[in-house]
Amino acid sequence: MSKKENFLKGFIKENPIFVYLLGMCPALAVTSTFETSLGMGLLVIFVLTSSNFVVSLVRKWIPNDVRTPAYIVIIATFVTIVKMLTEAYTYDLFSALGVFIPLIVVNCLILGRAEAFASKNKVLDSVIDGVGMGLGFTFALVVIGVFRELLSSGGVMWGNYLPFFVDAPIYLFTLDWIINIFTTGFEIENYSLGMFALPGGAFIALGIILAFIQSKAVKKEEKAEAKRLAMIAEKKRIALEKKKAAALKKVGEN
Amino acid sequence: MSFTVFATAIISAMLINNVILMQFLGICPFLGVSKKSSSAIGMSAAVLFVMVIASAVTYTIYDLVLYEFDIAYISTIAFILVIASLVQFVEMVIKKYSKPLYKSLGIYLPLITTNCAILGVAEGNISGIWTSSMPYFEGLFLAVSTAVGTGLGFGLIIFAFSSIRERLDSSDVPKSWKGVPISLVVAGLMSLAFAGLVGII
Repeated sequence: MSKKENFLKGFIKENPIFVYLLGMCPALAVTSTFETSLGMGLLVIFVLTSSNFVVSLVRKWIPNDVRTPAYIVIIATFVTIVKMLTEAYTYDLFSALGVFIPLIVVNCLILGRAEAFASKNKVLDSVIDGVGMGLGFTFALVVIGVFRELLSSGGVMWGNYLPFFVDAPIYLFTLDWIINIFTTGFEIENYSLGMFALPGGAFIALGIILAFIQSKAVKKEEKAEAKRLAMIAEKKRIALEKKKAAALKKVGEN
Repeated sequence: MSFTVFATAIISAMLINNVILMQFLGICPFLGVSKKSSSAIGMSAAVLFVMVIASAVTYTIYDLVLYEFDIAYISTIAFILVIASLVQFVEMVIKKYSKPLYKSLGIYLPLITTNCAILGVAEGNISGIWTSSMPYFEGLFLAVSTAVGTGLGFGLIIFAFSSIRERLDSSDVPKSWKGVPISLVVAGLMSLAFAGLVGII
């Protein structure tokens, strides 16, 4: 596997949330807005990359029997660092994510990567794998977050939890102006589906997204099946034609 | 330390702040072992068992050791180590003293270390119940009651969900919704129903 493939595999092909269903707890709990999803994703990228780096660095010295506890301690150390940094610099994000920051320790994705990849591969490869997988996880979280925030409030906000680049919270995107091209006086807030900000909406939103992905896979499978059947029919036809030709030849000879 | 406190803590943890549907803890076992009712019951019994012991131990450690020596910032590392070794220890003890219990819970115990519900409840006890002025036994009692309620809520939901899922398997679901997507939608509807219980206390 080349380095580029190693980096890109986390996005679509081996996406932790959409394909492997790893780390579902944060995927449901912190994705009510775009910003909290992005914040959680960034924390996971940091923890995953550093833990992959350290695990890969010490992989030859850790006895096989105690490797899982050792990995957990390494991961928990980085989670503690992240927890303190978030509390110091982005307190709103810290209180919005709440218990899910310490719970990064038991995120199956991170322990899974340490176990399946970093404990067997060289340092550089492990770091690339960590960044790629973390970005894939973030990508999935952001997709869910944008989907839910758009449905629940009609726009995507920036600046509530991550107070960087802007002084006051702003709208990155709203559906208002697209619809106001055709009519006037339309306010998206009156038509938003508040359910998607609630816990119940989280399950349903993730269900819809997973069903969409699965429908693509089902279509691909159906296409492959149709192609296979067409190929069999074609082969049968060719065989039949050959038989006919042979029979005709025989008749001609006689 | 009265029965009212106990009952309130249990009802609020079990029905109002349900661990799966409202707090999203323990989703992996919720989707993983809820295919059959029998395994759902085994898993939730194991979770209840470990959750109560782990809450008592982590609360004690936080109050009497970590806070006392001013090293509360390493609570995450301490808790996960305590839970991991506790699970191992519980497994050894019930293997030695109760063969039937080990037979029914044994295969679920190793899975519990990475079950975020356990660590989540331990952390939640610290951030929600613990204050520096609270007497030790009162806090411990509340923490254990919350753990009992959370474990019962986990069992209730995972058992109800496994029963629904057994029927879902035999029903005619569109191909692209089969499996996890339709299960998530069902869980969402259950969660919306449970949102109606907010405010009964």
